[in-house]
Amino acid sequence: MKKIISFLLIAVFAVSTLAGCSSQAGGSVSTDGSTSMESVIGALGEAFENENSGVKFTYNPTGSGSGITAVAAGRCDIGLSSRALKDEEKANGLTETVLAYDGIAIVVNPENPVSDLDLETIAKIYTGQITNWSEVGGNDGEIVLIGREAGSGTRDGFESITGTEDACKYRQELTATGDVITTVSSNPNAIGYASLASVKDTVKAISVGGVVPTEETVKDGSYAVQRPFVLVTKTDTKLSEVAQKFFDFALSTEANDIITGAGVVPAN
Amino acid sequence: MKNRKQLLETIIHGIFLVLGLITVGCVLIISIYLVISGIPAIREIGLVDFLFGKKWASTAAEPSYGILPFILTSVYGTAGAIVIGVPIGFMTAVYLAKLANPKVKSVVQGAVSLLAGIPSVVYGLVGMLTLVPAIRILFHVPDGASLLAAIIVLAVMILPSIINVSMTALEAVPKEYEDASLALGATPVETYFRVSVPAAKSGIAAAVVLGVGRAIGEAMAIMMVAGNAPNMPSLFQSVRFLTTAVSSEMSYAADGSLQKQALFSIALVLFLFIMLINATLNFFLKRSKEN
Amino acid sequence: MQNKTISKQRKAYIALMRGLMGISIVLTCALVLFLIGYVLAKGIPNISWELLSTAPSYLSDRIGILPDILNTVYIIFTTLLIVLPLGVGAAIYLTEYAKNKKVVAVIEYAAETLSGIPSIIYGLVGMLIFFQLFGMQTSLLAGSLTLAIMNLPTVMRTTQESLKTVPQSYREGAFGLGAGKWRVIRTVVLPGCIDGVITGCILSIGRILGESAALLFTAGFAHSLNGFFEGLQSSGATLTVALYVYAKENGEFEVAFAIAAILMVLTVFINLSATLVGKYFKNRRNI
Repeated sequence: MKKIISFLLIAVFAVSTLAGCSSQAGGSVSTDGSTSMESVIGALGEAFENENSGVKFTYNPTGSGSGITAVAAGRCDIGLSSRALKDEEKANGLTETVLAYDGIAIVVNPENPVSDLDLETIAKIYTGQITNWSEVGGNDGEIVLIGREAGSGTRDGFESITGTEDACKYRQELTATGDVITTVSSNPNAIGYASLASVKDTVKAISVGGVVPTEETVKDGSYAVQRPFVLVTKTDTKLSEVAQKFFDFALSTEANDIITGAGVVPAN
Repeated sequence: MKNRKQLLETIIHGIFLVLGLITVGCVLIISIYLVISGIPAIREIGLVDFLFGKKWASTAAEPSYGILPFILTSVYGTAGAIVIGVPIGFMTAVYLAKLANPKVKSVVQGAVSLLAGIPSVVYGLVGMLTLVPAIRILFHVPDGASLLAAIIVLAVMILPSIINVSMTALEAVPKEYEDASLALGATPVETYFRVSVPAAKSGIAAAVVLGVGRAIGEAMAIMMVAGNAPNMPSLFQSVRFLTTAVSSEMSYAADGSLQKQALFSIALVLFLFIMLINATLNFFLKRSKEN
Repeated sequence: MQNKTISKQRKAYIALMRGLMGISIVLTCALVLFLIGYVLAKGIPNISWELLSTAPSYLSDRIGILPDILNTVYIIFTTLLIVLPLGVGAAIYLTEYAKNKKVVAVIEYAAETLSGIPSIIYGLVGMLIFFQLFGMQTSLLAGSLTLAIMNLPTVMRTTQESLKTVPQSYREGAFGLGAGKWRVIRTVVLPGCIDGVITGCILSIGRILGESAALLFTAGFAHSLNGFFEGLQSSGATLTVALYVYAKENGEFEVAFAIAAILMVLTVFINLSATLVGKYFKNRRNI
């Protein structure tokens, strides 16, 4: 028994020292929040780690609400939210800094001939006034509405822009961006919404009112369905030195390429 | 010297007593915590509105927190899983316990324990990619993520517990019972179903209850196949279970909000269901031991 | 010879039951074969050395599961470290010390209750207790503590079973030689329960490997590469959680299936070793 335990101990320590090589002390930055921000924040964090050796960057993709809670409770340095802060959250001592703007793409199955809808029609579809694709120029088939769960930043953004708050008749409420894309790609009659940065070629992003969602149209505001990516910090507590360094890095012009590379539009 | 030795013994006795009571402590802490965090929202919403409200819209401008859809979905889903899973598991158990030759038995038992060991997310993943599209195409419904998909996944997931527990019960039936029946001219199959099965009925009942417990408590697998819309349950509609209701909104709800507190209340309701099932399970297990 | 005396009705009943049993057994086996075949066929082609040996990188758009593998090892190790003394101690108390039948009944009932609680509730309560009460953040340590409570009944039960097989005469012999109770436990009882402890470990490892709901809220799902002690304090995904995250959040099914295939192989391995250990100790005991 002792032998087994000591063997286990040795094995674990060997593994941990091996893995530990890459991360000497140098401070750490922890972020927590929106799943939609994964690609942009992941890329930023990685670039930051590469530039500052010894610094540890963590990102916990839990969701906007969770991230805001985590930063308020001091469980992370910077909270990530894919919606603007609500007034009561600001009143609770939180500050928002817009990092980037992201289009919310309306996605359909690639087999679906429909490639353009205006905001009003989208709202009608999501509130259940239009239930068949043939009514909007598609094939005959019942429209399957895919949405996100209550509290999602993407859902907040989508519903407030289309004016469909609390009125959407979702067939499925999924808990993640990737999930929405997978579901839409596997059902020819599905329609969903997801962060433009995460859209893959397994689904088709349709244009809204004739405007194709691209970085340019998001930037100049002509693509209407968009929302901010926000860094959330405590108003009266100073960030740690490293965290402040990351914060500045994320908002600097040199980070713009990385942000653009992740498919969203930098705010600065 | 003797005193010191006695003191040592007493101390060690005390340490083991504490260790022994840790399980009791855990159960108490879990219960107390769930009750404390679950009560405020129920108070605010009102017990009747909470349990029997048909509409769940936690983030709406005028939020409503009725969890009847979740309760019914959990009940129907579990019942469906039992209806499909128990007959298959039971028949397999009888065959394995009584009729199979040792080689077949060990191979199938190995397969069943593999089934028990597969992580629930793997069931969810396979279900999401095979079962959900299959239901959409087979039944000509707009979308396959539905109560039916969840029921099938749950039925598969409870199969191993049902097979294992029923088998143990059937194998414990005294051989004399069966010999007596055979000597009276009954065929083996008749003997097994008319003598062994009734003799093992408490154990088999325990298997069913265990299956109920497993099914009602499963979260991850059905989260991936059930669609998660808070509809009243219907076979081809997307539905939300008690477990998935807790987990799907948990990460997004703000701390201290009524929404989050209501999620804890849902967990409390789920916990009460589980305690009830545990008590039933214990009752059957005790009876099967006494036999 | 019997057949002549069996009525048609009875024959039909027998045939029906045989048919139902046949269908059930075929269904069960087909299901297992399908699951194994499907997961392995989809997963194995996607397993590569690069996947196993690197951390994920957003800049170079690469996915690696090394951090998840390490996290899984860390969490298994830490959980066992916590749960073994507790579980074994509780089992020793029950079999060696407890004289009051009521106390034993209460403890056993509590253990059964614990094993019946679904993992999502563990996750939730773990989150509440370890975050609110102890001010921890999502970390592997919080996850391990939660899993330790979850696996407590398993370790307790397997140890208890093996303690029951230590012959009473051993204990009496040792007492007769004048040994104190603690000494008897240390020298006679503890060595006798090794098989139970090992079986408990194997079963716990299996359960930890497959766990996701309890870990999502307590251990989080970051994919960063950490050393052991650092890892314990930071959030991290185990393989199963990573599978869920890659499948659900990112729609990366190749990676998800690769992980699923790895988990499947590990499950087979764990089941086999549980059976082998059981057989080994049974044989040794019989000699």
